[in-house]
Amino acid sequence: MPEVWIYAEVTPAGGVDGTALELLTRARSLEGDVAAVALGPGASQAATTLGDYGASKVYLSDDDVFGDFVAQPATEALYRLVTEHSPDLLLFATNYDSRDIAGRLSAKTGATLMSNATDLTGLDRVQTAVSGGSLMVDVALRGSPRIVLVRPKSFAAEAMGGVAEVIHVDVEVPDEFRQARRVERHEQDATGPKLEDAGVVIAGGRGLQEPDNFKLLDQLAALLEDCAVGATRAVVDAGWVPYAYQIGQTGKTVKPGVYIAAGISGATQHLVGMKGAKRIVAVNKDADAPIFEVADLGVVGDAAKVLEELIEEVKGRKGRP
Amino acid sequence: MNVVVCIKHVPDPNAPVEIQDNRIKRDGAQSVLDPGDMYGIEAGLLLKEALGGEVAVVSMGPAQAVEAVKRALSMGADRGVLISDDALTGADSLITARVLAAAIRRADFDLVIAGVESTDGYTGTMPSSLAEILGLPQVTFAKSLTASASAVRVDRQTADGYHVVECPLPALVTVTAGVNEPRYPSFKGIMAAKKKPLEHLTLGDLGITGADAEVKQEIVAISPVDERKSGAMVAEDEAAARIADLLAEAKAI
Repeated sequence: MPEVWIYAEVTPAGGVDGTALELLTRARSLEGDVAAVALGPGASQAATTLGDYGASKVYLSDDDVFGDFVAQPATEALYRLVTEHSPDLLLFATNYDSRDIAGRLSAKTGATLMSNATDLTGLDRVQTAVSGGSLMVDVALRGSPRIVLVRPKSFAAEAMGGVAEVIHVDVEVPDEFRQARRVERHEQDATGPKLEDAGVVIAGGRGLQEPDNFKLLDQLAALLEDCAVGATRAVVDAGWVPYAYQIGQTGKTVKPGVYIAAGISGATQHLVGMKGAKRIVAVNKDADAPIFEVADLGVVGDAAKVLEELIEEVKGRKGRP
Repeated sequence: MNVVVCIKHVPDPNAPVEIQDNRIKRDGAQSVLDPGDMYGIEAGLLLKEALGGEVAVVSMGPAQAVEAVKRALSMGADRGVLISDDALTGADSLITARVLAAAIRRADFDLVIAGVESTDGYTGTMPSSLAEILGLPQVTFAKSLTASASAVRVDRQTADGYHVVECPLPALVTVTAGVNEPRYPSFKGIMAAKKKPLEHLTLGDLGITGADAEVKQEIVAISPVDERKSGAMVAEDEAAARIADLLAEAKAI
């Protein structure tokens, strides 16, 4: 029986990365047995969730070494597991740590690595979207194992109520792989809904003209239900807002019910991260901006001015009895 | 501090993508040094200015990719290496990593720098594969980078903030846009670049054989996706009411 493995990032509290659950869900419908690998503090606790989403086995270790040092210990552990069990297909989420580990594992095993996959059509066949999602590319993979990095939100995660067999992995990680050490962690405390999960996303780009106008997005978001604020790479690079706001190829993938693009031209980089929105509203000065090609409602105009008017309009409607 | 910066010549990100024979068309006419690589070059130059040593740039690509190497030399890099070989057409990120590793190993180095991902292929895995092959630790997604003669300290981007990572040298670091403000080549820099060493290598020079350059993935089909249809365009003075209607429909108001 072929084996499909999913590498699942876990949190010390036993939480599982949402994309890993999406991958487990999708892997269930492929031919083969589905297993998960979870490394680092919280892995044991996470095993219940991993089983619930379809892993029949979970290889895990709670060792701090996987959280303390970047990429190398996890690569070593995976390498040993892969050598011992010979899975056919290894799936990773396109996340910071997973991408690092997948790249190293590919070099260490010689396994081919496919990035940015948006679907799996078989154990050796994947799909990826290019050119801002306007072209779908089918790729055949050879050799074993095969490694695939899948974009977040490519599938919906659904629990199935399974229970996984837990296999504790005992890897002695040598000092040569204990090099890049995390010495401080600075994570922002999220307020309001998470950008990836919000029902409404308002995102701003260069067309807002100045960083101060970004406050309009926050004001509008505060008035709406289940709404989060995002940004393009251009304004993140310019330092207007932190990287956590970034939507696109590098950054987050969102699929809200309504997406409002304020002053965003619609570069490929950005489109791949938001094209799955149910409704897209675009406000931009340039009538030829590519964002209008995907917008359900387009406004050629000044984004800041339209936002100001929209804030008043929403306030007015909320004030109505 | 001897720094090696990996760079790539890519189709101009501002020009439309053209596909030919199931590959991104790279005729060179509209190609540029990957904008993401300028931050890596700048990071290398800043470290050299602070700690001494040299900055080498290494690239793999067709003959015209020499333009990217020249651009890096005119920014201030000391020497350049370009690996070109017909056998590398269609190479994936693992093969690229093998080729760059073989070229980088030919000289002493303390630090390898690359961009987080290329602007054309954006797989983002080449640097990690390269680090593995070279036996180096890696710190990706650096939004700030400082170094001593023996270690680097990096603010590494995470989904919700950043981690501070410390790592002894030799190591590999990938840098994000915004890690610094890349300099423009000066006229003096452009003139000086013409006299800097620029090596052209082939797979044979690096001792890389067929098996190491075998691509194990193949594009079997490219098909257009049903595009979203663009909807209504409304005038600026109607915009607020129409957007509010849509938000109300989605129960956001």
